[in-house]
Amino acid sequence: MILQGKVWKFGDDVSTDLIAPGRLFHLRSNLQEFAKHVLEDADPEFAKKMSKGDFVAAGKNFGLGSSREHAPTIMKIAGINGVLAKSFARIFYRNAINVGLPVIQCDTDKIDEGDELEVDLEEGKLINKTKDIQLTFPPLPPVMRKILSDGGLLSHIQKYKDFQLK
Amino acid sequence: MNKTIAEKIISEHCEREVQAGDFVVAKVDICLVQDGTGPLAIRQLQKINLEKAQNPQKVVLFIDHAVPSPRKELSNDHITLREFARKTGACLSDIGNGICHQVIVESFVNPGDILIGADSHSCTAGALGAFATGMGSTDVAIGIALGKTWLRVPETFKISVEGDFQKGVYPKDLMLYIIGLIGADGATYKALEFDGETIQKMSLSGRLTLCNMAVEAGAKTGLIASDAVTRAFLENQGRGDKFREIKPDADATYERIINLRAPEIQPTISLPHTVDNTVTIEEAKGIKIDQVFIGTCTNGRMEDLQVAAQILKGKNRHPNTRLIIGPPSRDIYLKSIKEGLLEVFIRAGAVILPPGCGPCVGVHEGALGDGERCLSTQNRNFLGRMGNPKGFIYLGSPATAAASAIKGEITDPREVL
Repeated sequence: MILQGKVWKFGDDVSTDLIAPGRLFHLRSNLQEFAKHVLEDADPEFAKKMSKGDFVAAGKNFGLGSSREHAPTIMKIAGINGVLAKSFARIFYRNAINVGLPVIQCDTDKIDEGDELEVDLEEGKLINKTKDIQLTFPPLPPVMRKILSDGGLLSHIQKYKDFQLK
Repeated sequence: MNKTIAEKIISEHCEREVQAGDFVVAKVDICLVQDGTGPLAIRQLQKINLEKAQNPQKVVLFIDHAVPSPRKELSNDHITLREFARKTGACLSDIGNGICHQVIVESFVNPGDILIGADSHSCTAGALGAFATGMGSTDVAIGIALGKTWLRVPETFKISVEGDFQKGVYPKDLMLYIIGLIGADGATYKALEFDGETIQKMSLSGRLTLCNMAVEAGAKTGLIASDAVTRAFLENQGRGDKFREIKPDADATYERIINLRAPEIQPTISLPHTVDNTVTIEEAKGIKIDQVFIGTCTNGRMEDLQVAAQILKGKNRHPNTRLIIGPPSRDIYLKSIKEGLLEVFIRAGAVILPPGCGPCVGVHEGALGDGERCLSTQNRNFLGRMGNPKGFIYLGSPATAAASAIKGEITDPREVL
């Protein structure tokens, strides 16, 4: 799958509280509405500024904190194409795969806000078209690739009625 | 042989010998969700027509984050949880029972269990020698329905602590120090195994504080070998028969070993807005505080409330500093009434919350105003955590919090003990 889009850049340690704030707890069962507030505490204007198909790029430890799956889910609903970061917090990474939001671990120092990217998930290749440079990133572990290719964990279980990760 | 606690417990749950780095499908003993994550988990199961619980006596639905409900939307989420419990026979822990991580330890989890919880602080139960980890709603939903999950067996960091704490220094200070040392992503994907003389002598309550915050270093879980302290706790809870000795092999392979000396640890504070932004009390002293919160799954247990009451007895909170106390479970609430602790707090000017997550999760009860500073015994100080991205959260021990409530500024507890 090849993804293309423009980058919004964030710093290190973007917590799930910044992505999906606790004060909006009451929107957790209204995800379309919640998505209008995505990343609001990192950038209050973000949901208005972004367009479907954009990427979020950040520094290290993206998605630390709460296990709230609502965080990657509202990013996906808002139309974020994928998240690029130097590293990810464990629960967010797993949740993102489960809900079908691509997460790409790479050197985001070479990516700035507004850059146009082309990402090949299967090949593990990223082209920064604005800067005319190419980056590579490690492929997902096979278990996660399998879940992502089945369309997320729910679809995987629906398809096989069990884990079929071999 | 040569297995860590994590490798041992996971091996038992997938009927083969596993080691760090292996991917496995493992049997799950206990699943928990709470009112922030459970409704989504249930809707996911409904979507694929799999609304069932494989082992309902070991599936626990907690209503603890927004209790009693402050809004109709959340009341409706609570209905979703109650209906799922009725349909499937899963256990419901309704308002007033307390915070999931405290109640699961009081009443459900045993040494050697695997627990998955749709709450990042599910790692708390590792203090009993269980492999306990946080996941998202969909992962736990599948765990509920099928009684299993997939895991990557984590590498382990051993954190070995020797010696006695100075007066005024507590397990919370040790854990804040450790997170400051290795960083908020210092143990990402790893298990933390706490060991050494200090841990062996530590109460279960203190051990829970350490394991609760393992995730704040990025870890998948925190683990402590089960021993006489664990056995005494289980006996006290009426589950003495569930005690099992869980410990690592003497020649277990660790990715990293960190040796610490307890006497060198100072009262420690995390400054806004990350937990690893730690300083000693010396460097934080004097910062004016608008609100103090003592409670949570991290630090609201009896010995936490006892030390706070010892400091607050006969004193008043500073007129500019609000004081909020939140016993984390019904059992602790009752015990603190019996011991007279709540009266001490109320006389000192505190407000007492019902058992629940309260201000820590920013839903209701004690949200900060613009520019306000809170010193809390909770586990997280992220921007916006207490309901306002214009607030500032400092983390410390219950003793530091109580001392600071009296002085109205961050205060070294050794000055008042």
